[in-house]
Parts: sequence; C-alpha cells; structure tokens
Amino acid sequence: MAVNKTYWKNAEQLKENSPMVDQLEQKEFAEYIPVNEFLENEEALADSSTTRRDFLKYVGFSTAAATLAACEGPVIKSVPYVVQPEQIRPGIANYYATAIADGFDFGSILIKTREGRPIKVENNPDAPVLGGANARVHASVLSMYDTQRLQGPKANGEEITWNDLHLQVGAKLNALAATGKEVVLLTQTFASPTTEKIIADFTAKYPNVRHVYFDTVASADAVQAFEEAYGVRGLADYDFSKAATIVSIGADILGDWQGGGYDTGYSKSRVPHKGHGKAAMSKHFQFEANMTLSGANADIRIPATPSAQKNILAHLYGALSGKPVKGSLSQVHQARVDEAVKALKTAGSQAVVVSGIQDKGAQALVLAINELLNSEVFDTASPRLIRQENGQEVKAVLESITAGTLGGLITVGINPVFSTPESTALAEGIKQLDLSVAFSMKEDETASASQYIAAIPHYLEGWGDYEFKAGHYALAQPTIRPLFDTAQFQDVLLKWTGSDQSYYDAIRENWTAFVLEGASWNTVLHDGVFSKTFKSNTQYTSQDLSAAVASLASAQAEGMELTLYTKTGMGDGQQANNPWLQEFPDPITRITWDNYLTVAAADAAALGLKNVNVANGALNGSYAKVTVGEKTLTLPVVIQPGQAKGSVGLAFGYGERKGLQDEMQIGLNAFAFYNNAKDVQSVRVSLAEGFHEFACTQLHNTLMGRGDIVKETTLEVFNTKDKSYWNAIPVVSKNHMEEEVTSPGVDMWQNFDRSIGHHFNLSIDLNACTGCGACVIACHAENNVPVVGKEEVRKSRDMHWLRIDRYYSSDESFAGDLETKENISGISDSLTTFGRMEQASENPQVTFQPVMCQHCNHAPCETVCPVAASSHGRQGQNHMAYNRCVGTRYCANNCPYKVRRFNWFLYNKNDEFDYHMNNDLGRMVLNPDVVVRSRGVMEKCSMCIQKTQKTILDAKLEGREIKDGEFQTACSAACSNGAMTFGDVNDKESKISELIEDERMYHLLEHVGTKPNVMYQTKVRNV
Amino acid sequence: MASHYEAPIRKPLVTGDKSYHDVTIDVAAPVEGTANRQWWIVFGIALTAFLWGVGCIIYTISTGIGTWGLNKTVGWAWDITNFVWWVGIGHAGTLISAVLLLFRQKWRMAINRSAEAMTIFSVIQAGLFPIIHMGRPWLAYWVLPIPNGFGSLWVNFNSPLLWDVFAISTYLSVSLVFWWTGLLPDFAMIRDRAVRPFQKKIYALLSFGWSGRAKDWQRFEEVSLVLAGLATPLVLSVHTIVSFDFATSVIPGWHTTIFPPYFVAGAIFSGFAMVNTLLIIMRKVSNLEDYITVQHIELMNIVIMITGSIVGVAYITELFIAWYSGVEYEQYAFLNRATGPYWWAYWAMMSCNVFSPQFMWFKKLRTSIMFSFIISIVVNIGMWFERFVIIVTSLHRDYLPSSWTMFSPTFVDIGIFIGTIGFFFVLFLLYARTFPVIAQAEVKTILKSSGENYKKLRDGNE
Repeated sequence: MAVNKTYWKNAEQLKENSPMVDQLEQKEFAEYIPVNEFLENEEALADSSTTRRDFLKYVGFSTAAATLAACEGPVIKSVPYVVQPEQIRPGIANYYATAIADGFDFGSILIKTREGRPIKVENNPDAPVLGGANARVHASVLSMYDTQRLQGPKANGEEITWNDLHLQVGAKLNALAATGKEVVLLTQTFASPTTEKIIADFTAKYPNVRHVYFDTVASADAVQAFEEAYGVRGLADYDFSKAATIVSIGADILGDWQGGGYDTGYSKSRVPHKGHGKAAMSKHFQFEANMTLSGANADIRIPATPSAQKNILAHLYGALSGKPVKGSLSQVHQARVDEAVKALKTAGSQAVVVSGIQDKGAQALVLAINELLNSEVFDTASPRLIRQENGQEVKAVLESITAGTLGGLITVGINPVFSTPESTALAEGIKQLDLSVAFSMKEDETASASQYIAAIPHYLEGWGDYEFKAGHYALAQPTIRPLFDTAQFQDVLLKWTGSDQSYYDAIRENWTAFVLEGASWNTVLHDGVFSKTFKSNTQYTSQDLSAAVASLASAQAEGMELTLYTKTGMGDGQQANNPWLQEFPDPITRITWDNYLTVAAADAAALGLKNVNVANGALNGSYAKVTVGEKTLTLPVVIQPGQAKGSVGLAFGYGERKGLQDEMQIGLNAFAFYNNAKDVQSVRVSLAEGFHEFACTQLHNTLMGRGDIVKETTLEVFNTKDKSYWNAIPVVSKNHMEEEVTSPGVDMWQNFDRSIGHHFNLSIDLNACTGCGACVIACHAENNVPVVGKEEVRKSRDMHWLRIDRYYSSDESFAGDLETKENISGISDSLTTFGRMEQASENPQVTFQPVMCQHCNHAPCETVCPVAASSHGRQGQNHMAYNRCVGTRYCANNCPYKVRRFNWFLYNKNDEFDYHMNNDLGRMVLNPDVVVRSRGVMEKCSMCIQKTQKTILDAKLEGREIKDGEFQTACSAACSNGAMTFGDVNDKESKISELIEDERMYHLLEHVGTKPNVMYQTKVRNV
Repeated sequence: MASHYEAPIRKPLVTGDKSYHDVTIDVAAPVEGTANRQWWIVFGIALTAFLWGVGCIIYTISTGIGTWGLNKTVGWAWDITNFVWWVGIGHAGTLISAVLLLFRQKWRMAINRSAEAMTIFSVIQAGLFPIIHMGRPWLAYWVLPIPNGFGSLWVNFNSPLLWDVFAISTYLSVSLVFWWTGLLPDFAMIRDRAVRPFQKKIYALLSFGWSGRAKDWQRFEEVSLVLAGLATPLVLSVHTIVSFDFATSVIPGWHTTIFPPYFVAGAIFSGFAMVNTLLIIMRKVSNLEDYITVQHIELMNIVIMITGSIVGVAYITELFIAWYSGVEYEQYAFLNRATGPYWWAYWAMMSCNVFSPQFMWFKKLRTSIMFSFIISIVVNIGMWFERFVIIVTSLHRDYLPSSWTMFSPTFVDIGIFIGTIGFFFVLFLLYARTFPVIAQAEVKTILKSSGENYKKLRDGNE
C-alpha cells in the first residue's frame, strides 16, 4: 500500500517555492565540501607523499584491525522461533500434568516447563492415588537430559534408520511366525490399559509371541497370593491414614514396598491433633532386619532376622486367630508380639498388619489377618496394578534363553542381563537368539547383547495412559519434543502389528470407548488423572493356611541372612546416571555415591569389621567377602545401628555397567545375589583386606543428649501435661529474674515493624516427616544446586541447601539419652559418659530433622559479613547477594545451624566436575530464575524467593489478594506428607499462623536468640 | 633526656670497652661488609620456602579455596590461625619501642629496631591471609569503604572483619612511620660513612636529609614521643579487635568475653618469644653480644614468663566459666577441646604456653642462652596451636552434631604457611644486611650512663 504522505521537516517548507527548500533538496550536505577540488587536482595529489612512518602506521592499523576482525567472539547458538508458539512466553512457566511409569516408580505428577524445557517435577495434588513424587521421581527430569542416552535405533551396534529396523524386524518376526518358534515379549509392568490392548493385538497377529511381565525388583509372591485370594492379579492397597495400629513385619511401608507411595497416608495418621479431649495418633510396630525408613519412624522397632520375621508372623496369626502355633519365639519377640496383638485388638477395624516377607504363604497369611481384623485400612476392592511379575513364568523364560530353546526376545524398559544373577549366561543366550530387540533408553547390557536396539524416549517425551489402581486412571503427555531419534514402544508395536494408528490415537480411541464414560478428554488431559466409580469383582476366598503357618513357624536361618533392599535414592538403579540421585544422601546412613553391606555392631565385632573416621573426619569401612551360593562379592561395610544380629543388608541399583558415566560406576551389583528374585538370601560373611572410602554427609550419628535440637515427647505426656513441661521455652537470667529468651526484655536488638507486608515462615512437623528426601531433590532441582562428586562429599563439602539430619539415640531412647546426660556428675563421669554417647545404641530410636537456612530475624551471619552480602529482607528472608560476596566464610562459621555452603571450586563448566552442569544437554535442566553461582561465593537456602516473588507478582497483576497455600517453597511443595507448611504469618487466617501458635511449635536452638523464621513441631512418640 | 648518672647496682646495658666510634663501627659492620656463606645459605632456604608459598598461593587463587582442607563445618583453619599468629608476633615490636619508651626502659634501645622490623614483617605476613583466604580475592578491595560505582553498596560496619581491616592497616602504618623515624639518624650515619656513591645516594634518600642539627634532634625526640603515645593504644587495640572476630560470634568456644585481654597477653607472649628467637641468632651472627646482652635476654624471658602465666590463667578461667555458665554447649565445647579428637592440639598448647615458661622462674635457666632459644621456639609453636585450638576445635563440633566433622590440612595449607615463614625471613635477612639493626643513635645516648667501661670508671672514682 503506497503512502503519499508528506512529512514536514521545517517551517520553511510551508512556503511554496521557497528557494531555500529547493536548494536544500538539491544538496546532500548543508555546506559545500571541496571533494572535487582535492581529487581533481592531480598535481597536488602527485606531490603529496606518504612518509615511511605514515605507511607503517597504516600497515600497523590495518594489521591490528584485521586481527581484531578475525577474532571470533563466543557464539551462542540460540535460534528464535519462526512462529512464536501461543503458550510459550519467555519467563513464564507452563505446567503440564503427566505420569511416570518406569516399571519401578509409578505416579501422577506435574511438570514445570520453561521456554519449552521441562525443568522440574511437582506433585499432582489432584491425584487420588500416587500423586506424591518421591526423590527419584523428582530427579527423573534430569535423567531426560542424560548424555548417555541412545540417540537413535541401532542394529548390531551400527546406527540404523527406523524404517530399516521395522523392515528387518518385521521380516524376522514373520519368519519366526512361519516356523512357529516362540518369541517372548518381556516387559516391565506398564499398568497401561491401552498398552495392554496394543500388546494383545500384536500377540493376536503373531501367535508365537508370548507377553511376560518382568519387574526388576518384584513383589511376585504378594501378587500371586492376592490373585489366589481375590482372583485378580494385583496388590492389596492400604490407606494408612485410617490406621490406629500398624504392625509391619519386614514391610518397608515408607520405602518402596509394593510400589511405595504409602507415606502420604501414613503421615496423616501420625500427627496428633488436640481437638477436644485427647489427641490420638497411630501406633506403629515394625519388625525388621535392616534399618529402614519405616523402622526409623516406627514407635516400636524390633530387630528381627528374616527367618525370625516368619516365626513372628506365624505367631501373630496364631494369637489373632486363636489357633495354636508350633514352636516358640525368643522372649523379646514374644513380649513385643503380645504387645502388638493387644494394640491390634484395641484398634479394632483400624488395625492393619503388613508384611514384606517374600513368601506366598506369608502374604496369604497377611491377607487373612487383615480380613480377620476387618481392617478399614486394607483395600482389596480396588487393587494396585503396578507390579505384575509372575516369578515362575519369568524363571522359565530366563531358563529357555540360556538353554537356547527360545526363538526371539523383545525386552521393553528392563535390563535383565544386569538385574538377574544369570547375567553373562543370559547375555550369551540372547546373542544366540534368532531375533532380539531391546527397547531401551540406554545402550545397557541387555541392549548391547541384542541385535536391535529400539531407542525409546524418556517418559517426559511421550504419551501414556495408566491405571495404577483399579478404577484410577492417569494420562501422560509429552512435555517436550523428543530430544533424539526415538520412538515409543507402543508406536513401534502398532506399526509391527500393521496398524497405522499412533499410540496417541490408540489411547484416545481406547479411552473414549472404555474409560472416559462421557468425560471430556481435554479436562482429563489437563488434570492428568481420572477416577471412576468402580465395581469391585473381588471376593475373598478363604484358604487353608495351616501349611503356610507351619512352614513359617518352623523357618530357621542357615548362617547369616542377607536382605536385599532398594535405596530411597537409587531404587532399582535405572537412574544410576543421575548425579542428583548419586549425591542424594541415603536417609538412614547418609552415605552418598555408594552401596554397602550393612552389618549389626555385634556381628561386626565378631567378624573384625570396622568403621573408622580418618583425619579429615571422613568415614572408612572394612571390606567384607560376602558369598551367596557360588558367587562372592567384596563389599564395603557400614556398621548399622538397629540391624538385626545375624542379618546383613545390601542395596540394589549400583555397580559397574554399560551406559553409565565413569563417575557413576560406583558400588557393586547386588542383583548378582538376587537368586530366584527373592530378597532374602543366606550368606557367608568374612573380613577382607583393606578399607573402603565412603562419602558420608553426616559423620556424627548421635544427638549427644541435646534434647533442645530435636524436641520430643510421648503421646501420654503430650495428652496429660502442660506445654511448659514438654516444650518449655528456654529462660535466661536478667537481674536475677528468669525471663524467656523470646521476650523483648532480653533482646538487645532494635526490631523493625514486621507486621506490614508479607512475613514468611516455614513449619516442619517432625511427626509428619518420614525422612523420604523428596524435598532434598526438589530443592536441588529448583535452586540449581551443584553436584560436587564423591571426593568432595567425602571432604564434607556437600552442597545441599536442605539436608535431613538423622540422629540415633545412644541409649535405647532419646529420653534415655537426656536422662543419662542430666545424671552426669563430675568431670571424669562427663568424660566417659560423653564418650559413650558418641556411639549409637544397638537398636536406637531414630529421628529425622530437615534443616535448611533458618532465616533468622537476628541472623548471626548478617552481622559478620564485611561487605554486607548477607542481609535481611523485608519479608523475613535472610538474603544472600552472590555478586557481592567476597568469600570470607565468616558467615558460615558463625551460623549455629551450619547451613551455609561454599563454592570451593567452580562447579559448572568445569571438567573436574563433569556432571550435568558441564554439558549443554544437562544444563537444560537449570532453572532460569535462579542464578548459577560462581566459585568463591557462599550460597544457601533462599526460602525460594523466586517462587514467593512470582506469587506476589501474579496476584498483583490479577489485582487480588493472595490466598493461603499459594506461597510455596520447593521443599514445602514437594512434601506430600504435609510435614512442611510455608506461608505468610501476617495473614492471620493462614495455616502457618495457626502452626506458629501450636503447642508443639519450637525454634531450633531458641536459646541462641536468633529468632528463626523456620519452626519445628515437637515430635510425639506413641510409646 | 637521659641523665648521665645511673645507679651502680644496675647492670651495664652495653658491655665491653665501647666508645662512640666503636658503636658506629659495630652497627655499620654488617651493612658495610659482605655477606658470608651462612647468610647466603639461610637466605637461599628462606627464598625457596617463599617461592614455594607463592606457588601455593597462585594455585589457590587460580583453582579455588577447595585446594585447602576446609569444609562446610570448618570454614577457617590454617588461614586464620596463621593470620592471628603473625599478628600476635607483630605485637612485641610496638610494645618494646612505644610502651617501654614511655616507661623509660632503656634496655629496649638495643632491641627495639629489630623488634619493630619483626613487627612490620610479620604484619605483612598476617595481612596476606585475610586476602588470600577469600573466595574471590580479586574483590578484596570491597572491604574498604571507598566510594564506588556499585550503587549504594557500602561496607558493613557491624562486621569485626571490617574492624580488622582498619586495625591492621592502622597498626602497619603507625609502626612503619615509627620505625622509619627511629631509623633516620642511623641511616644518616651510614650515609655519612658510605664511600660508594650509589650507596651514599640510597642512604641519603632513606635518611630523608637528616643533618644532625640540634633542631633535627629536638624534632626527632618529639615525634618519637608523640608516635609512642599513638602506638601504645594500638598495642592493646589490634589484638583486642582480632579477638572480636571470635568473641562477637555465637559459636561456643568463640563467644567468650575474656578474649581481648587474653589475646593481648598471648600476643605479647609470642612476640617476645619471636624477638628472642631472632636476636639470639643475630647477636651471634652480627657480633652484637655487647649490645644485646644476657641481661636483655633475661628481661625478655621475664616478660615471657609473666605473659605466659597470664595466658595460663586465661585458659583456666575459660574452663571455669564454661563449667560455671551451666550452658551445656559451652561445657561440651571446652570438654571437647581438652579431651576430644583434637586433644593433642590442646595439650600441645598447654604444655608449650603454660608449662614451658614456668622454667623461667629459675635464674640459671633464664640466663641460659641456649635454653632461652629453645623456649622461644616452643612458645611460638604453642601459640600457633592456641589459635588452631580456638578456631578449629570450636568449629568442628559446634551446636548440631549432624554437622560435626574434622579438619586436616592439604599440602597447600602447609605450603602457604611455610611460604610466609620464608617470606618473613627473606625480609628479615635483607633487613639485617642493609639496615642498622641497632638503634645506634639511641644506644649512644646511654653509653655514658650505662656503658660498662663508663660505669666502672665512675664507680672507681667514687
């Protein structure tokens, strides 16, 4: 469109035919420039000469200019969108509901994406089941940006196109179908209705293909027992929030037992509320061999070897059913069983018994007991579907592979060569097969033994539909375009079946037909979850259990018993290349970057196994030779308080393997001992040469009788005595009058008015906290906390902003510790007693205490910084200005809570610290709202100021008040147990304002007078 | 100021049959002569140590503080231990030259020059540590209250570390001026004796045109007195302020009101020991036995004994107060000091600082040169351990047992410490060959009253 507008340049133009305007229009320059005179005067030009000096100047300048021009500045490739996507706005996070189902961890989650990159996992609060992400799920976002991932399909080690792979595999499948040789489709548990349909279609087309489920860490006996009792393959579900008495025999209900995720309900029953009258909370008995999270949280924990656990279960059943049981228990166990039986009977239908014993009879017994108790906690109508393995079936498949009788094998999402004891024999067997295809994210052992590797995407890059628990559905959607040339297993299978549908189409079709019942697809996709009224068809079939009882009652140990377990941080080990998880301190031992043999102190003494601290405090452990059957591993030893005498423990998920960065090739592979997929094995243990170097983040294990650090009381005292008895505020003497340290009279600081604006506080309920560590990883992810590696952690230089301190009592209980300390008299007594208190008891009480920056209103760190890099914020936060910090570390020294972390080295873009912050792929996980710190500066918890500011700004833009619960920190948002509550205490209606007035509230080290903005709620034990 | 009469019972301060000219010759000899083999050997060792330290410092600054043995719980260890140790050593110089001047202790005249040189050189070593212990030492100037373009950023006057900056820099500048003022007539003496033009030129510059007129002397005396008046509070203030780094904190074992006097006594203690160490060697090497006599050493030993006992009382008071306070964290901190994993450091400190100076009650021992030398070394080892004990054993087990850990030094920690010792001796050895190591002008003022021959002469006449 042509525009014929005239723009005025000056007033002169208003006059028509002004000579000045004409004149100016003719000339480019206002004044005459004598160019021609100069250039046309050839004589003058010829006369002018360039001197040698001028010449050199010109040469010098042009050389310098050319050199400079040739220098290349750092080129950062950032390609702008050609078409701006509608929903991606720079600086604004988008959240998508999705789900994880990696065969070990299942759950509904939210994904935070920034500029199209998934950067953080959040809980999905709308999810009725498995909506609370654990530490591994929180860390799983980093596993997507793993440099070791397969970037495309492979055939016999060579790269191949997907088309060729389809053609070749298709041809082989047809050939095998023609000969009728059996092909096994060995997969993880999907719990996905559409996937099952796709597999059914595939096996219909290729009748020689048999689908077998393989769980890396199985619950096969429990599934089998449930199927026999109720006719459905699944696992009984438990809602511990309804429990009054919980008796667990070897079940780590706060760990990964039967798929995990029980802690949310458990915590609900653990918080005593004084409504009217007496407060109540559940009572938890735990009989176990290894010290687990459940044992650590139990009110009464009884160490019992795996065989003793069997006896105990039999006797418990006997006592509850009134049928006599042969044999007898040890005195201690009998007394505790009697106590448990009494508590179970008192609780009536609010009682529940659970067991982790991997024995079909034991599991059947547990189901029978809960039926007998008529337990409300127990849910069989809608079972969990997230473990499906049939032990016998898998065993037969593995045998047929090694025997060479199988035609072909397709594995999906599993690595049996690594995760079964058959290992090398299996790999050899796979190599001999006519067809072997591995659907895998990594070129792992199974994949490299297979002919074809079909590279699958990370779960955040693909679609999925799930039914974790009968009647409760979840949807997964891609949150980013696949980073590599990968294809989902379901899409590939559809192609092989001959369908031209995509997995997405299949899900939609299947859901519209069978699941949604008229509900909107878009709404369900938005929510990520969908539940429908579900008609149970399960009916308990009572069985004859006398044989099972007799066998359990007569169980005896042969030598030492090994209990294999999964670590909170590592699980089945499929995320072993995730540096966040490697550096995640185990909640119990607080050791990072390792697995180890846990041994009871008495056994260690008998075998000569030692744990010692070297000059810089770091922990060393003896090596032990551990033999199961024919196999021997030399494992480092950790002397574990609470470990049942005669038992040892070892975690899965570690060991040298393929598809793993060198730094992560750590520990030893416990699957070598996983004979018959049973987690209990009989072992021989003996001392071996040398010491192993551990990287442990907590080198002192006991509380030293310092009862004001972790305040605790019993339910009885809590219900009967005044607060001043069990949660007294410390006093200080002023003019010979005792005054509470919190009173303004003993405060020498000038206070400013904190009642205006927001004032953030964080409450941590020690009753609800199970120590699961989800907050630790959430904090790591949110705040770009660096990973420093094993060597640095060993030097006590871990960088976690949030740590969960774990203390053991040195007496039988913490109350006992306190008493011991009070009774010290005289110098020599104090010497010996404090020395003794450094050692944990054989079966200690355990307590967890999450500690992050306490954001003191009278912060000791702020006064000592010479450059005021640490300063107080108007909203209660203790700020850390990284740019201003010169790194004197004075603040860290003067911090009574020792929460400040120093950047001893450059932890990003440094080959010495080759973790995710040292490669472009891994750096994609960084949160753009939080600065990555340079070397030489101090860092610490910021109370997620980037999140609170975002909330404030959003509310301001929308012109509304902020609702309670909107303010969150990464840790409080990650805590599905309700242990962490964050909010604005100036909002008098808020939950946090209520909590600050709670009777159980106390501040850590109140007597120091730091006035923290983080508070704790006294732990109440139901003993 | 000095009268020519001194009581006959006072021992002569200058022995041997010395005339004014003899004093000049004796003091100028090391400057005018050439260095011997031994000097070169010692200098070579010191220089190597210094260069090794420089290497370690470069490594630290280029790689990070992580090259040291520090960790999340123990944020300071050898760095600040060395800092306080060197500052403490630096105390003797000012005490000898300023306080003893005001108290008219004439025996100081033979030793004040070297004591002050030692002060300046050790404060230089001390000053290194607060800078290199920073995570980002290239930004060290941010601790100075200088106008800047960073907006409204200013230093935090609440921070004892900032007070340190002022205390140390004031101390260094006042000591330097005081020292140089005293050096002026002596430089002029060397200038006047110099035969080589270059040397003459240099000493002429150094002596600021001293002419020896009566007016020069009058001003010299006045300035000395004024500077002594200014420097005296510094003797107390510098280490008081250094002790505030700890005393104002909240860490059990640091948060102690006794620290200021205790630190000052300890500083004088270690400073005198270091003066003894240096002078016992120097009087031998530079043939100054007539000026730095056994009496000087004995007097120094008495100061060491007294300050050592003060320090001992302070240690015991700390223990008592920890018990008496009834605060379990305090009690445990001190119990842990004496019997915890670092018990050996505590008892090294106790035996070196409290027990060893008690031998000085015996006249025979305190007049023994060899014994004094050994004790002077022992005391400085003890004082290093004292700072280590205060810093590391308080930090490594403070409030929350979950954070308790240990510290062990790396080769870089050790290298930097050795490097500063090397640097110190490089400076001191260069000083011993180029500066008049005895305040000869001052010694000459007492020669007639306290010189051995004059005293004898006078005694004979009476």
